[in-house]
Amino acid sequence: MQWLADLGRQGRQLVESLGRSSQFLYGSIVGAPDFRSGFPLLMKQLYFIGVLSLAIIVVSGLFIGMVLGLQGYTILSDYGSESAIGQMIALTLVRELGPVVTALLFAGRAGSALTAEIGLMKATEQLSSMEMMGVDPLRRVIAPRFWAGFLAMPVLAVIFSVVGIWGGMLVGVEWLGVFEGSFWGNMQSSVSFTSDVLNGVIKSVVFGFVCTWIAVFQGYDCVPTSAGISSATTKTVVFSSLAVLGLDFVLTAVMFGDF
Amino acid sequence: MAQRKADLVVGLFMVAGLAALLFLALQVSGLAPRSSEASYTLYANFNDAGGLAPRARVSMAGVTIGSIRDITLDRETFQARVAVDIDVSVDNIPADSAAVIRTSGLLGEQYIDVSVGGDMESLSEGDTFYSTQSAMNLERMISNFASGQGQ
Repeated sequence: MQWLADLGRQGRQLVESLGRSSQFLYGSIVGAPDFRSGFPLLMKQLYFIGVLSLAIIVVSGLFIGMVLGLQGYTILSDYGSESAIGQMIALTLVRELGPVVTALLFAGRAGSALTAEIGLMKATEQLSSMEMMGVDPLRRVIAPRFWAGFLAMPVLAVIFSVVGIWGGMLVGVEWLGVFEGSFWGNMQSSVSFTSDVLNGVIKSVVFGFVCTWIAVFQGYDCVPTSAGISSATTKTVVFSSLAVLGLDFVLTAVMFGDF
Repeated sequence: MAQRKADLVVGLFMVAGLAALLFLALQVSGLAPRSSEASYTLYANFNDAGGLAPRARVSMAGVTIGSIRDITLDRETFQARVAVDIDVSVDNIPADSAAVIRTSGLLGEQYIDVSVGGDMESLSEGDTFYSTQSAMNLERMISNFASGQGQ
């Protein structure tokens, strides 16, 4: 009967942590700092979360676009339709790889850093001393980080897609000799701004929300020891990746599923 | 001072994001109408435009000389009326040239091939191709063949 009790306890803990994280989310969204005092904090976090993630995003986007160009050319040239390579690269990047790979890299690079930072603040009792001083840590620490992640993700995803398309063009047009006009022409006639580009942006907005929420909550909720911080950081990356991939399926089914 | 630097860099980051979105809108999904300078317009009427799409290429002897602007239905003749933009540097297409819809490769996109005629006069802005050849329709060919109507 012990396993039944364990299962029950785990289920209860899961529901409890869901409840805590929802309250926490409410606190950090409603507790958004007012514009004048909160703006510098937000800028600082946007710098750490967004600007410093640019390097990994640009390099990964470039290589993923180049690989797509090579793979697409190899497959499509069998059918003599290698001019469809532009369409393939653009649709793959804008609809799927841009938002998803950006979110996975973001969870690894920015999410884990957020969790570790907030967890260490908690372990060194900086958060409780803020409360002592009458400063709400949700407002001062969590809200700027949450909003910065939420704003940075779509920007990063769009930049990822553009760099990837450029990388694909580099391989397809410059090296493999696909006609440039049909590369762009096929792309432009098949990619629609509303149903492809904007849906990709919506995806990345959702991923940004979820990844940042998971990251800041894991940090805020961690056991304040070194082992606790390390397990919270691991959880951030694992949960964010699973959530992104699962949500991606749901969003794709809703956006492109035709039912 | 450090704050102002952070503001500036974050501002640049946001501008880069907007520029990327603009690139996706204009260059990747082709929202803006293409500038029609340096080209002139010809028309061609087809019985069946098949899978021809706007922005597909128009070629002559395998060289791209223009692109398709739009495809409309002619309400009088129930034919597809295709407007094509031809590069101004190719201003001597003989007036009896034919516009033929072809497919690149087995599964590739369809495009218009201009097969050259021998007339001394040449087509100019707003003219219509004298003769055209519609898209090859594999299904119709097979059904013609099966019912013995093929030549």
